[in-house]
Amino acid sequence: MRPSLSIGGRKVVAMNVAGRRSRRMLPMLPLLTLVVMLGPVLAGLAGTLAPALGWFPAIGGHDIGLERFAELLAWPGFRQSLTVSIAVGLGATAVSLAVVVAICAAWQGSRAFAWIERALSPLLSLPHAAAAFGLAFLIAPSGWLARLLSPWATGWEQPPDLLIVQDPNGLALLAGLVLKEVPFLLLMTLAALVQADATRSMQVARSLGYGRSTAWLKVVLPRVYPQIRLPVYAVLAYSASVVDVAVILGPSTPSTLAVQVLRWSNDPDLALRFRAAAGAIVQLLAVGMALVAWRVVEKLVYHWGRAWIERGGRGRRCGERWLGGVGLGAAILTVAAVAAGIAGLALWSMAGQWSFPSVVPDSIGLRTWERSAPELVAPLIDTLVVGALATVAALVLTLGCLEAEFRHGVRPSTRAMWLLYVPLLVPQVCFLLGLQTLALGLGLDGGRLAVAAAHLVFVLPYVFLSLADPWRAWDRRYATVAGTLGATPDRVLWAVRLPMLMRSLLTAAAVGLAVSVGQYLPTIMVGGGRVVTLTTEAVALASGGDRRVIGAYAMAQMALPLLAFGLALALPHLLWRDRRGLRPSR
Amino acid sequence: MTMARLLRALAVLLGLGLGSQALAEPDPGDWDGVIAEARGQTVHWHAWAGSTRINDYIAWVAQQVDARYGIRLEHVKIADTSDAVGRVIAEKAAGRDSGGAVDLVWINGENFAAMKENGLLFGPWAEALPNWTFVDPVANASLVYDFTVPTEGLEAPWGMAQVVFFHDTSRVPDPPRTMAALLDWAAAHPGRFTYPQPPDFLGTTFLKQALYGFMADPKVLLHPVEEAEYATLTAPFWGFVEELTPLLWRSGRAYPQSGPRQIQLMADREIDLAISFSPGEASAAIANLELPETVRTYVLDGGTIGNASFVAIPYNASAKAAAMVVADFLMSPQAQARKQDPAYWGSGTVLDLGLLSVPDRARFEALDLGIATLTPEQLGAPLPEPHPSWMVRLEADWQARFGVAP
Repeated sequence: MRPSLSIGGRKVVAMNVAGRRSRRMLPMLPLLTLVVMLGPVLAGLAGTLAPALGWFPAIGGHDIGLERFAELLAWPGFRQSLTVSIAVGLGATAVSLAVVVAICAAWQGSRAFAWIERALSPLLSLPHAAAAFGLAFLIAPSGWLARLLSPWATGWEQPPDLLIVQDPNGLALLAGLVLKEVPFLLLMTLAALVQADATRSMQVARSLGYGRSTAWLKVVLPRVYPQIRLPVYAVLAYSASVVDVAVILGPSTPSTLAVQVLRWSNDPDLALRFRAAAGAIVQLLAVGMALVAWRVVEKLVYHWGRAWIERGGRGRRCGERWLGGVGLGAAILTVAAVAAGIAGLALWSMAGQWSFPSVVPDSIGLRTWERSAPELVAPLIDTLVVGALATVAALVLTLGCLEAEFRHGVRPSTRAMWLLYVPLLVPQVCFLLGLQTLALGLGLDGGRLAVAAAHLVFVLPYVFLSLADPWRAWDRRYATVAGTLGATPDRVLWAVRLPMLMRSLLTAAAVGLAVSVGQYLPTIMVGGGRVVTLTTEAVALASGGDRRVIGAYAMAQMALPLLAFGLALALPHLLWRDRRGLRPSR
Repeated sequence: MTMARLLRALAVLLGLGLGSQALAEPDPGDWDGVIAEARGQTVHWHAWAGSTRINDYIAWVAQQVDARYGIRLEHVKIADTSDAVGRVIAEKAAGRDSGGAVDLVWINGENFAAMKENGLLFGPWAEALPNWTFVDPVANASLVYDFTVPTEGLEAPWGMAQVVFFHDTSRVPDPPRTMAALLDWAAAHPGRFTYPQPPDFLGTTFLKQALYGFMADPKVLLHPVEEAEYATLTAPFWGFVEELTPLLWRSGRAYPQSGPRQIQLMADREIDLAISFSPGEASAAIANLELPETVRTYVLDGGTIGNASFVAIPYNASAKAAAMVVADFLMSPQAQARKQDPAYWGSGTVLDLGLLSVPDRARFEALDLGIATLTPEQLGAPLPEPHPSWMVRLEADWQARFGVAP
């Protein structure tokens, strides 16, 4: 591979007939993309590190030292808080990965697999907070499951005093995260399967007498895992430092470290800002160590797995069946839990009086919606404006990078691909804390533009990942043909390539919008309350209790990404209704 | 000349803010001038937004000030008032001394004390508001002493609150009326009572209310905490919390995160008793189908804590004139009467009805306070809020002892 992102493509440029402007601009775009994406992360980390070490002159911090960390360690909840955060991070990642591997190993290529894929994909667009609300109502002792079984099966006339949601061990939080990470990892695996040439490998292995799952684990997994390694790491970092889901489902005595950092950073007691910064740095180090631990386990599994593959066992039938059952069961459970959670929220948003143990509300009406609708308009507009700004910017930068790669050979190396994951691997709270202070200092805060810039940091990697493969897979002979007909590279792009890749482009845009809609922490920390999105509203309302209103906001919050994905599917059909060749075949 | 101009332009560019001196602060003494300046301004009001009724009321206020004064009022919904305080602190730290994000903040207690102490408030202005004439601070000292801290015109009152407890008469016909009785009741009904987790203000209020029940001389609470006596004075109280905790909902291993969350637990029949800081809240929640019709309120023997809540304007607010106009409207008889109506909110008024005109007084007298609301006689005289230092201390100690112990 070419060395990363150096403008080593000059020679290639000469061969191109690109316009002078794009010749100068295009090769710079990858660099600009990196600056836009990594600049805020690095600046934010610096802005967090300084107060963590005691340097924050504006509020009287002039000494550099480690006392702030000593204070943090002396906080009575420190050990518990940190342990739960990391344990949930590792646990949610391990469970999600295991489920995805079980599903793929047992069912890839079957009709059931197509069904699982179709059922799980929409869950990806569901904001984390909405999924968490749904799950909370489902599994609470006064929740839907208990109501379905009470009092006839359980004998509960009133809800039992069981600690399920917000348990100190973070199991509810772990479950909530798994619901969202299984669809994410599954889709990442699907993309990797194509590149790993899974189908033919499977045919060869099966013809040698290997059982289906055993063949997949022995032949396909070793080639797929390196490709989904970064997404797995992103899941680990996210799960260990999530805030919105942890506020809804996580423990509170004490909270997870990320939630606690946010609380300290908002405390009127200025001294706690040092502790918040120290906590954010500890969070960063802890996530780093968790990643290292994961890597060590990876190596161990690699050695053990290699020996297992070399032993040449073809797989026992009972083991095969067991894995298949677990995979399918887990997939069904995930889909059912999310679907029931959403149904519960939808019902609550229309409920009148609805007390335990009634399975359905005493009355149904649109009262909550009538009251909430006017309130929903402003956050809806902010959500759309910020989402559109971030998505369009991400698309332009991504297209620029991909075109620079295509025309000038400015191609990211494997190492550069890691950079794409940096915003997803660094816990949000660690750099947003510093970014908040820096943005204030630069007078950047408060606007939709600033929030959109913060969203861009997270939207960009996803848009890039989503668009890069279809873009690179495009047959470049179309460009050659168009070129011989006299088309400039720009015209090839606009008249041939973009129309042909319309569907991928729209899907990437929908992914970008979904990512933006789901952002909680960047919105409140950079927006300072002036930019109010559906997600910040929904999480703020979660501190209140009226489940009807929470239901209405959660519905609105998840409707937006779903609508975007629906449009991404429908638009190519509409636009190309008279050009069958351009219509998506699948 | 040119050089000086260039330097000034450079200074403005660098954010040194030399130009901001030119902008004069609005003068509440010249009320017509304030109203004129307010027209067209946008007020970002940071107000706790955990309750639908309160949000609806604020939305109504926004309509009114738009129609009357041409002011755009944006309710910035926050989960905790300290979020807004933190925001102003962060702005000050970053040197942003004008054009701040917060124009008006719903505040009282330790948040007010912290802002006042750090010089983060604009004013004095509150006692120059036209509607201040309907307030009687002599009869109701809590309007000018916020948790014993003198307000000095830096914040304007807009609501009265007093602690009441909810009980569902169908399950608890005869609720416990002292803290000792509450402990006995909890022992007989484990898992059926809880309070919002401190530092939620309502949870901390429960602690202060309990502290009142275990103090030999409650007057101590009106002065700052004396370190030497703190441990001895509070020992009986902490003994009570220690005994109560394992008898709470989820054995005290989890808590509702706010008052409304606690009410949802009551609606879900997970708990039988709940604390509230709003005497009209139960009636309003019943009217809104959030609580069963069998819920009633009661107060403790020996009285319950009461306080006023206020709105304040940060020193770097962007729309000070409009913020003052909004604060004045909040104190108007019309706004106060609607606020007291449980159909909308059900929160007590800060106005002295004796000072109102006859038609304005009639607005209040016509109100149906709701089936679960106690009369002022039943509520009794409120106990004063302890000095904020007690709140800070109780919160910190509670969090260290019970907030981190799974």
